[in-house]
Amino acid sequence: MSYQHTIQFRTYQFDDLRTLLAKATPFRSGDALAGLAAATYEERVAAQLALADVPLKTFLQEAVIPYEEDEITRLIIDTHNQAAFAPVSHFTVGELRDWLLSDDADTQTLQQLAPGLTPEMVAAVSKLMRNQDLISVAQKCEVVTRFRNTIGLKGRLSVRLQPNHNTDDPKGIAASIIDGLLYGCGDAVIGINPATDSPQAVIQLLHMLDQLREQFDIPTQSCILCHVTTALQVMTKAPVDLVFQSIGGTARTNSSFGIHLGLLQEAYDAALSLNRGTIGNNVMYFETGQGSALSANAHQGVDQQTCEVRAYAVARRFSPLLVNTVVGFIGPEYLFDGKQIIRAALEDHCCGKLLGLPMGVDVCYTNHAEADQDDMDNLLTLLGVAGCNFIIGVPGADDIMLNYQSTSFHDAQYVRKVLGLKAAPEFEGWLQRQGITNAGGQLQPVGNTHHLLTYQAG
Amino acid sequence: MSNIQHRNTVQEDPWSALKAYTTARIALGRTGTAIPLKEVLSFRLAHAHARDAVYSRLDINLLLEELHAFMLPVVQLHSSVAGRHEYLQRPDKGRKLDTGSIEILQAQPAAFRQKDVVIIVADGLSATAMNLHTAPLLNHLLPLLKTAGLSIAPVCLVEQGRVAIGDEIGELIQAKATLMLIGERPGLSAADSMGAYITFQPRTGNTDEVRNCISNIRQDGLQYIPAAGKICYLLQEALRLRLSGVELKDNYKDPSLLTG
Repeated sequence: MSYQHTIQFRTYQFDDLRTLLAKATPFRSGDALAGLAAATYEERVAAQLALADVPLKTFLQEAVIPYEEDEITRLIIDTHNQAAFAPVSHFTVGELRDWLLSDDADTQTLQQLAPGLTPEMVAAVSKLMRNQDLISVAQKCEVVTRFRNTIGLKGRLSVRLQPNHNTDDPKGIAASIIDGLLYGCGDAVIGINPATDSPQAVIQLLHMLDQLREQFDIPTQSCILCHVTTALQVMTKAPVDLVFQSIGGTARTNSSFGIHLGLLQEAYDAALSLNRGTIGNNVMYFETGQGSALSANAHQGVDQQTCEVRAYAVARRFSPLLVNTVVGFIGPEYLFDGKQIIRAALEDHCCGKLLGLPMGVDVCYTNHAEADQDDMDNLLTLLGVAGCNFIIGVPGADDIMLNYQSTSFHDAQYVRKVLGLKAAPEFEGWLQRQGITNAGGQLQPVGNTHHLLTYQAG
Repeated sequence: MSNIQHRNTVQEDPWSALKAYTTARIALGRTGTAIPLKEVLSFRLAHAHARDAVYSRLDINLLLEELHAFMLPVVQLHSSVAGRHEYLQRPDKGRKLDTGSIEILQAQPAAFRQKDVVIIVADGLSATAMNLHTAPLLNHLLPLLKTAGLSIAPVCLVEQGRVAIGDEIGELIQAKATLMLIGERPGLSAADSMGAYITFQPRTGNTDEVRNCISNIRQDGLQYIPAAGKICYLLQEALRLRLSGVELKDNYKDPSLLTG
């Protein structure tokens, strides 16, 4: 089906929904690289005007990637909840935007609506929203998940402690973990990107993390971010809390990652059967990021933001504890500068939340992007206001293994302080018992006899 | 006024001994929740080096002078990228030669064609790395290639190039293999890393799994002598086995690490 909009004497024609979505997307370098972006400012607004008039029901009839070709399209259509969709089924995309910002759309209403929304509906509405709208709507959502603690409650901001080391040296990793814990971080997960995907190295790190967590009785979970097949392989030999995987929004992207839905289901079932969560059973950790489909040459003419939101359909299937959009990691050919990174992060966070996902954001950039710490400060503050579930904490914001800049442990304390946000409740209690923070959440001076400093990595 | 009497508000972290185990920025101390200024500026300086490296240019005159000293013919090429901003946003253009460069390669005499290897020097994301490391690396590498009996095409100096532009170059000059030396994406710890990519049977459209990569060539990383040894080994193996990439395993033993 084609769509059109006339501005004065010029009629803009958009051949299909996929094209309309791409042309309506706020400018980013990745869509230009893919040849999908609007040619002019006017064409972009024309596409947005046309998109605003598209009934939501259209999204259930016209797939951006054919149902027969792509298992994610099939997942989206086959699991769509008609009853949850009913209250908004008469809306156009534009009416959905206005309604989402109205006081009628409160936290509970949005939670009930989530299974009725498809990724494409959510991507579409986000393209019509300003940054302010993305923040307002996300802030109304609340997605709470549990494993050994409770993540995502309003007024809380958790941190993944990311203690990467270029040779996976346990002592080097432990040094960064101690540093992060003493700065009040680690409640989302203590998660290591291993330098190699070798099962032996993964097993060693899993044992080390588990032993450290047990020794200090830390109410959190650990994860080695290896490939899902590696996790399946080591699960019987080492303590696996969370299973990690990078996912994309087209079946072809996932196939370039060496995964498909059946494999994720297998890993999910296996992780559930370990029964290691004490207060909840959200056992998956997913990472995403705009541009991954194009990077794998698997976008199939769909813009990078719509591809990203389709990845959330994959995540949603497996009730994850954490979903992290690694927004600025991919590079300037997809998101060129601070402005594009900030916009994309707010979109990802809002769209994920609307679909019912526990969204966190890796507030980050690479050295060839036009961005710096000031951009990250802006984004971090905006996400704090938007109610982001978690961010990443890296010593001094400098990841020495992945060679990019994220947010520091100090940054996490900054945003908690200026916005009055707290750690996950169980972890907050632990921090106070350890004398790391006081009842107000402020960092306390730590003496050189603190028992965390007695830790010896094996 | 009593709150502003202390001149030094920085609280040191009592775990700085842990710095011995990692180069990560731990035990930075704090003032309030903020990173102390000294550490902020040290980070900013590292980032400045990285940014300057991304926008650095190949020092063509210097490189030509150095390459001529090796008595090798040199051709100067350019990708189809117009400027640095385009380079960063259009990797596809950085992988294609401009028309002038294609003509230059097509005009090369028969004597320069069908060689075992063509060495390509491209700026990539750090021309700084190439200005620093090209000549010292070749100084160690060329004698090894000569001893191994490999024939060498003219050295191609490419501005605004990405790794895959080597495929087009190798194809046009009909080399059996390419050695692409290219500036790597700068990190905060090093802004001058050189990477070396080896591709057997270079063809436009090749993807990364057919390449072997040797990374982090710089003074505090992989040093020139072991880097040259590894490159020569992989080139010989690629030519012998007629393949490169994931199927070509790097079993190189650094002689300087062998104790006999």
